[in-house]
Amino acid sequence: MSTPYTLNQYPWWKYLLIGLVMLWGLIFALPNLFGEDPAVQISGARANIAIDAAFQNRVAALLDVDKLSSKRLELENGRLLIRFPDTEVQLKAADILKDRLGRDYIVALNLASSAPDFLRAMGLNPMYLGLDLRGGVHFLMQVDMDATIKQIEDGYVDEIRAQLRAEKVQYTSVGRVAGGGVQVEFKDEAERDKAAQALRKQLPSLQQSEPDSLSLRLTLGEPEIKEKRDFALQQNITTLRNRVNELGVAEPIIQQQGSDRIVVQLPGVQDTARAKEILGATATLEFRLADEENDWNQAASTGRIPLNSRLYKDREGRPVLLQKRVMLTGDSIVDAASGLDQQSGGPAVFITLDGKGAKRMEDGTKDNVGKRMAVVFIENKTETKRVDGELKKTAYTVEEVINVATIRDRLGRRFQITGLDSTREARDLALLLRAGALVSPIEIIEERTVGPSAGKENIAQGFRAAMISLLVIAAFMTLRYKTFGLIATAALVANVVLIIAALSMLQATLTLPGIAGIVLTMGMAVDANVLIYERIREELRNGNSPQAAIHAGFDRAFDTILDSNLTTLIAAIMLFGFGTGPIKGFAVTLSIGILTSMFTAVTGSRALVNLLYGGRKLQKLTV
Amino acid sequence: MGRFGLYNTNIDFLRWRKLAMAWSITVLLIAVGSLLVRGMDLGLDFTGGTVIEVQYPRPVEIPKVRETLAKAGFGDAQTQHFGASRDVLIRIPPRHGQGNAATLSNDVLHALQAAEGGAGATLARAEFVGPQVGQELVEQGGLAALGALAGILIYVMFRFEWRLALGTIAATVHDVIFTVGWFSLLQIEFDLTVLAAVLAVIGYSVNDTVVVLDRIRENFRKRRKGSAMEIMNLSINETLSRTIMTSFVTLLSVIVLYFFGGVVMRGFSIAMIVGIVVGTYSSIYIASATALYLGVSREDLLPRAQEAVDDRP
Repeated sequence: MSTPYTLNQYPWWKYLLIGLVMLWGLIFALPNLFGEDPAVQISGARANIAIDAAFQNRVAALLDVDKLSSKRLELENGRLLIRFPDTEVQLKAADILKDRLGRDYIVALNLASSAPDFLRAMGLNPMYLGLDLRGGVHFLMQVDMDATIKQIEDGYVDEIRAQLRAEKVQYTSVGRVAGGGVQVEFKDEAERDKAAQALRKQLPSLQQSEPDSLSLRLTLGEPEIKEKRDFALQQNITTLRNRVNELGVAEPIIQQQGSDRIVVQLPGVQDTARAKEILGATATLEFRLADEENDWNQAASTGRIPLNSRLYKDREGRPVLLQKRVMLTGDSIVDAASGLDQQSGGPAVFITLDGKGAKRMEDGTKDNVGKRMAVVFIENKTETKRVDGELKKTAYTVEEVINVATIRDRLGRRFQITGLDSTREARDLALLLRAGALVSPIEIIEERTVGPSAGKENIAQGFRAAMISLLVIAAFMTLRYKTFGLIATAALVANVVLIIAALSMLQATLTLPGIAGIVLTMGMAVDANVLIYERIREELRNGNSPQAAIHAGFDRAFDTILDSNLTTLIAAIMLFGFGTGPIKGFAVTLSIGILTSMFTAVTGSRALVNLLYGGRKLQKLTV
Repeated sequence: MGRFGLYNTNIDFLRWRKLAMAWSITVLLIAVGSLLVRGMDLGLDFTGGTVIEVQYPRPVEIPKVRETLAKAGFGDAQTQHFGASRDVLIRIPPRHGQGNAATLSNDVLHALQAAEGGAGATLARAEFVGPQVGQELVEQGGLAALGALAGILIYVMFRFEWRLALGTIAATVHDVIFTVGWFSLLQIEFDLTVLAAVLAVIGYSVNDTVVVLDRIRENFRKRRKGSAMEIMNLSINETLSRTIMTSFVTLLSVIVLYFFGGVVMRGFSIAMIVGIVVGTYSSIYIASATALYLGVSREDLLPRAQEAVDDRP
């Protein structure tokens, strides 16, 4: 490296390395060139439903009947993917297939990459587009944990009552208290101590305290609360997942965010109202025996409710008096399906219970054949109000008796509810129940919907802005730095290819702000080249030889480039940590862009300069 | 070779530092004053509420849309054209306890579709943000900005010296307040993408400043003669062409984004444009002038050699 001729030459392996990186970039960026086909994806609603070649033929035959032309049918991972030439046929086909295939299959709209098979076989995929680019709905939901804990405490109230009765302990009342916990009141201290001892043994997870000599307070321990909260969140996620399946969405995302929130992303969903109806509503059922000893109307008009009963209303507003004791709650339900009642021909919901639920149902009904049982439908709703400038969230429940029926037989694992208004109502109720009754109220706290055409427009605008930006920068750089400007432009194009490759490989989400990040990175990537070139000019002015000036320019500018890029990277990382959705997309492309631009603008353009000028005797250098 | 005539300049930048400081302080006071008096036109992301963008098959008149909405019980909605005369943007402030806020966008769309001339209207975009989410975003956004500043301060302190680091932060804070103040003064909507742009401005502004600082450090080490002010002036002059050029190129790409990136990216582009322009000025003036006021000297920037030990008798 002593003569100026070898000053600007890379060893062969460096060129090879740069070549390999660029090859990697081109291969990973390749799938993005092919676009996407509108498609319909069919999967089985349950594990035992086979999606096989026979099924494929059946679907092909169904499509033939209506002369719907499909591009291709593909069977993979137990799913059938049907590609269509345009969206119109896709939508029509989806409707028809949904109708003909019935409830055993989930028919979902999808966009399938039309990259050739060998690329997909290599695991190469195009960039994952965010909802703002592909259209769809994004929900952020919050699980109401206070209500969850309240429900658990309510459960304990029943449990404690039963335990005390079994131990023959005399008590005056059991109930939840405002500060949290369950309080039991006694007539004398001896009874209380007896109760404390019994409950310590039977319900060891509850912490006991004695506010005064005649009462006993039982509170949930910290670990139990945490466990219940986690469970409530997980149960909600599971439930949402099932409900999303009912909706028919190809690539839904359902994720926990923080300790009490759930993100739901439904790409391609157009009927947002329906989606919200199904996702947002939370319903539970309670089965209660009717109070057969008192007159319901009289209780309602006088307001004198018998001690062991509660007054409800049915959907017509008529009073219904039910026993306070809950025979069974909705979480014992394993399946619910709507159909027609064979006897009356009216809409019905067929319910299947789990083992424990079945046992309780048997016990509850065996001595009550001929008496009435009611189903209470409980809807959990939340609303946020501003009270004295403070945001207050209140959860309230709407309880309604949806059905009072005479118990015709001892009920077990399977039974049915009739008396519903319409088949649609039966279907919706069954849907909510089948998805597994929700324990905790859940509220949508953020929603973002982008229509599919708006998404396409966003892509077009983003792409156009990026292209124009590239052209403008290229023109300016070439005008100002001549050959070196062309080299910078080549580095810039390489940078964009590498960003796309990295995004495709990581399957990071590309959003509209993400495209802005790419455009911004273009401007900043050229920064590095400007720094180098200005430095070369300066060295030339200081009387250095062209080769020495090139060498010094790249060398001295590097520290500065590193400093300036690292500081921007710090800001980008902060953005990523804070970012939600689209902003995260911006942070991701900005960060990736900074890293790749360090490579292309410094190493890449150096390689080109070395190839062009290195090892030659230069009299003059035009920068 | 100085085709653009920015070479071998010998402008005594720092001679005007008092004037520059006075100007900056005045502008910042106006910005802060505007923030206090006028506040920000905060977007949906921060205030909560609902925004609905509806696309009509044919151009529509805003008063008609307003009338339809008022009849449907959305009298508090703000309506405007968005980009084209076929696109309508409807904003509805957060509602208190009136039904389920999450179904609002569908109700509005149905009301519009049912009205005369509304057939075929489609939903282009709907956003609903609950008030609690908005408040969190304000907090998190502030935290992210502070975090970025702190991270950069530590980095520059580690790489340079505390006076220069403080100068850098002063320049950056200056740029942020100026940009945010611009949005307040002109009452341009400040949404999540603008916040992202402000954070990018933080990164970019430092990027620009660091280049000048690098040269200041280099020159302090290289040249034995000259006062701190002279060396700073020299460094600013030497990097002037570069400072202007890089800002100009980045500015080009952001201007393209403003004109071609779609209406959604307008706020982002404006913030970036303002930030880059003011960032260029602050790199030249604020950073070095602040360091000068703090009394930076050659000794502070020399590599930490054993000289101090060797000098002792």
